[in-house]
Amino acid sequence: MCLGSALDIFAAGRAPRATLVDYPLGHSTGKPFDPADQLDIVRAALAGLQSMTRAETITRLPNQWDTQGLWRADAMRADGGDARQPRDETPQFQHADDRAAARASGALRD
Amino acid sequence: MTVAYMQAIAERYKAIGYTPYRWFKAEEGPAWMPLAKPLADSRIGVLSTAGAYALGQMAYHYKDDTSIRRIASLTPAAELRFSHITENYLKDARRDPDCLVPLTALRALAADGFIGGLADEVFSCMGGVYSQRRVREEIAPALLAALRQQKVDAALLVAM
Repeated sequence: MCLGSALDIFAAGRAPRATLVDYPLGHSTGKPFDPADQLDIVRAALAGLQSMTRAETITRLPNQWDTQGLWRADAMRADGGDARQPRDETPQFQHADDRAAARASGALRD
Repeated sequence: MTVAYMQAIAERYKAIGYTPYRWFKAEEGPAWMPLAKPLADSRIGVLSTAGAYALGQMAYHYKDDTSIRRIASLTPAAELRFSHITENYLKDARRDPDCLVPLTALRALAADGFIGGLADEVFSCMGGVYSQRRVREEIAPALLAALRQQKVDAALLVAM
């Protein structure tokens, strides 16, 4: 089961089963700090494993990010949206402490 | 109406002078495999493309990093981290990882018996790999082997 927020990408990839949550990218399994929303979305997606009977079924969940949906216009802007980072081979640790933890575990040797 | 991401991203790339983005379009339909047993008896595997890693593991790099991470499904949310080439989408997940890697919800659904169980390890990759060939030949086989090793009956792929 694929779970995410980009209907056109799921359709182009012809996923065997997909569940669409129509939220801004980065929130495929729910709103931050909203455990009820997160549980609802994950439960609905998993239920689709059993209920879907045809390949390429895409179920759109009724969950709404907000009442106005203005985020969609921002997501469509040609001059905004994702800000891709430079492509190089430096590990991009989220925090400086993560680098120390990776070094302590032996995952990082430098 | 949903957001037309493929069009929006193609226009964005054109605007900044990149070569046109070539989206993957499947020419053939997917294989269909019905769930072999009830969901309540099924062991569920998980795959995130959000560049998740656990504290103590290596972060991803942004030049077609095709490595995967094996993350214990008991990992507390406070020990989940992310590195992905489109970092702007990680703002909320870095505060609350459960909005992209829902281990809390999955553990609750396993405890309630909604699913038969959750794999001992879940997997992540950094979904921003530009080479379709490397996704097909490196990431996909590694993830398939990892999921098979976990003996899951079905998998949830959470796309970012």
